[in-house]
Amino acid sequence: MSKLGNLGARLHRGEISYDFIGHRKLWYSISILITITAIVGLAVRGLNMGIDFQGGAVFTTEKTSVSVSQAEDYAKDASGHDAVVQKLGNGTLRIQIAGMDIKQSNEIKSELADDFKVDPETITAELVGPSWGDQIASKAWQGLAIFMVLVVIYLAIAFEWRMAIAALVALIHDITITVGIYALVGFEVTPGTVIGLLTILGYSLYDTVVVFDSLKEQTKDLTKQTRFTYSEIANRSINGTLVRSINTTVVALLPVAGLLFIGGGFLGAGTLNDISLSLFVGLAAGAYSSIFIATPLVADLKEREPQIKALKKRVLAKRAQAASEEAPAQHRGDDVHRDEPEDAEAAVVGPRHQPASRGRGRGRPSGKRR
Amino acid sequence: MAAPKKGRSASAQSKPGRSLALILIAIVGLTAGMFASGHTTPRLGIDLAGGTSITLEAKSDQGSAINKANMDTAVEIMNRRVNGLGVSEAEVQTQGSRNIIVNIPKGTNSEKAREQVGTTAKLYFRPVLAQEATGAAVTASPSASASGSSSASPSPSASASGTGEKATSSSSPSASATSQGRAVTDGLKADATPSASADAGASSSASPSASASGGAVTADDAALQAKYAALDCSKESVRAKAGEGVKPEDTTVACGEIDKVWYKYLLGPAAVDGTEVDKAQAVYDTQTAAGWQVTMDFNKSGAKKFATITGQLAQNTQPQNEFGIVLDGNVVSSPYVSSSITGGQAQISGSFTQEEAQGLANMLSYGALPLSFQEQSVTTVTAALGGDQLHAGLLAGAIGLLLVVIYLVAYYRGLALVALASLLVSAALTYVLMALLGPAIGFALNLPAVCGAIVAIGITADSFIVYFERVRDEIREGRTLRPAVERAWPRARRTILVSDFVSFLAAAVLFIVTVGKVQGFAFTLGLTTVLDVVVVFFFTKPLMTLIARRKFFANGHKWSGLDPKSLGAQPPLRRTRRPGGPAAGPVETKEA
Repeated sequence: MSKLGNLGARLHRGEISYDFIGHRKLWYSISILITITAIVGLAVRGLNMGIDFQGGAVFTTEKTSVSVSQAEDYAKDASGHDAVVQKLGNGTLRIQIAGMDIKQSNEIKSELADDFKVDPETITAELVGPSWGDQIASKAWQGLAIFMVLVVIYLAIAFEWRMAIAALVALIHDITITVGIYALVGFEVTPGTVIGLLTILGYSLYDTVVVFDSLKEQTKDLTKQTRFTYSEIANRSINGTLVRSINTTVVALLPVAGLLFIGGGFLGAGTLNDISLSLFVGLAAGAYSSIFIATPLVADLKEREPQIKALKKRVLAKRAQAASEEAPAQHRGDDVHRDEPEDAEAAVVGPRHQPASRGRGRGRPSGKRR
Repeated sequence: MAAPKKGRSASAQSKPGRSLALILIAIVGLTAGMFASGHTTPRLGIDLAGGTSITLEAKSDQGSAINKANMDTAVEIMNRRVNGLGVSEAEVQTQGSRNIIVNIPKGTNSEKAREQVGTTAKLYFRPVLAQEATGAAVTASPSASASGSSSASPSPSASASGTGEKATSSSSPSASATSQGRAVTDGLKADATPSASADAGASSSASPSASASGGAVTADDAALQAKYAALDCSKESVRAKAGEGVKPEDTTVACGEIDKVWYKYLLGPAAVDGTEVDKAQAVYDTQTAAGWQVTMDFNKSGAKKFATITGQLAQNTQPQNEFGIVLDGNVVSSPYVSSSITGGQAQISGSFTQEEAQGLANMLSYGALPLSFQEQSVTTVTAALGGDQLHAGLLAGAIGLLLVVIYLVAYYRGLALVALASLLVSAALTYVLMALLGPAIGFALNLPAVCGAIVAIGITADSFIVYFERVRDEIREGRTLRPAVERAWPRARRTILVSDFVSFLAAAVLFIVTVGKVQGFAFTLGLTTVLDVVVVFFFTKPLMTLIARRKFFANGHKWSGLDPKSLGAQPPLRRTRRPGGPAAGPVETKEA
């Protein structure tokens, strides 16, 4: 089978694992760093708001031989405003005129058509009033707020409030990063971008929810055992669902990549491109955050709970005891205590460096045990 | 633990055929429905089919509320306007709480439509300075009124040989009852004593003398007179232009239709604003047998102005004793007045049919609509670009699907067949539903919707991944395929439901809250999410149950994607330990 399948098996058995929870401080700091960069980028550079947010017009011609600079002159003459002209992949020109009054659009359009010597009917026009973008944006914020409230309520009911909060933090994290990247790179923000951004909401949470679901399942009988702390189990669920997370992300990114490729390469610009670009960035951030941020955060929050604290204490005490007893007793010395220490040792997720030998050592006695 | 599991799997395994049959019947049924309805392709949005899409936002004037009722009437008016242009396919609908979308398919004069739709619906009462049937020889003189129009008038009424509708005080009940002419009467008094001319007030009925105010049209209006002279209201294109860009305080020309004859009017400055009509209603007058009439209630300032203007008009001769009710530059009615109407209530009577009366009442009510609209965005897409975009969207979808399939095959081998089949079922259902939803709820596939569908490939495929990974986990724990498939299901099912719910929630919130392109996207996403659940439950799971019986999969063929060895399953003997485990849940999975 494929290597990834094998990896899946080993992850499943816990032979290999990455201590996501143990290294959470590292990931938190990385995320905080990225977030700060994003916020600074946003504050310093601001977003490159598209025509839709300023008001103006975008004209798209059919395939034409008119050059870009020529078209810029034409557009400036016709509208009295500066124009940005792009040549798209399929030979058409995209002329953006910001700040023009859309009431004059018909005259400008026919004037442009004259200049280009084409029929005005073949020019695609997108005219936007100055407040349209604001309306879209305010609606989007509104949607975002309502969604967040609903999803927190839902997750608090379906899971618990700590997970809801962690999911929310992860969500905000994703959106901040995406917006930050837009600010830093200077991608144009259009209604398409907003659509993409809003879709990330669902997607980012979708991923998080799957990890949480496994976490919830595995911690069902948490307090009835004394072998693992909450963090360790959380770590195991991340590792257990890691293959799925990778697969999900890949499968989600592939179509988006297809969109991006086609949108960017074929049409040059437009809705397809805008949506897929923000989706691509957001999805990547979402996959990262559900693994590196959301779950560790839940573990952090959980570890503050008295019950879980007590559990951790018990687990650690048992381990300490086991370690002290194991040392003199050598290997299978002490029959009474052997059970737990074996497992406890197996459960220490982080520093496990010899999976093969340990697996063998662990397997045999436990087979006899029961 | 073993017993319930067996029970569950047994019952589940008896069903797969039925579930599969069910979903196949559903697909066939829906497809048949699709062909029966004649809509075999999804309706395409403006950005894919070409055409013009106009988004308008309501601005509230005078602090009046933007509510559903107001928006609906605005949609009605706009619908009339664009469809009055001969744009049969134009579609006007509200979106969100304060937006109206007007979609005009390619091939129609979008600029004209845009002008029509963009102008504010305003209703004014203007005094008539001159009036004439068009097509007749035109005399430019403003005083043409005296002789001119009456001949063209179908009105037989003797008292006032007015053209068409008449506004009279209640003192002329005979005229209103018999003639085509329509009269405005003082509502309050008319109700009390329909016949009594004395009640009509100091300036009693028909005071035909003073036609002096014909001088209202002065020399500086020469241009306007020329325009009036040239106006030919029998031409639709001319009519649409007649009232263009006119301010309420201007003198203007306008057209109006009375009994299928187009008249042209020279109108004075607006005397009363339509917003000053509180309400207008069509009522059947049983007392006087006058038939259907329209009652108007003015607000305070409206009442005052109306009293003044009717007082003035009543002094004049036909047609200068008429006022035109002008909606969007067209005279919808021009009743005559024969006395000042005070009290803020008036009736327009005449030989209305019920429909006419209601139509006029509606216009008076919603012409008085306090909403004005502002163009928010106007998108004109040529058919060529629309085709390109559709092409690009489909290509992107195909590439996305292909990539996903390649990945799934590489990773899941034989299992990918299940995923592929499920994706195809999902795609078929999506397509058919989209085609059906076009005529049903006006769903139009636009570019963002295509995008949503492509993104949904990922969400749909993920459900299979969740399930497959669960099955594999069970196999790794040493189960054979059949129990593994059944055991994995309840857990995978929960995960799928929970995560799909979140996704659906996002789509639903977006759909309800947002406007424009976002909505189309949200709709597709929501639809595909729901379909994903349907497909996983009724297709993927039963299919898994079925293939678990096949040797190829059950024996874990190398290419089945379920080979226990390559999945790293533990040797079967370890399973003996399993029953002791369940208490320590988390530990179990790990050790197994």
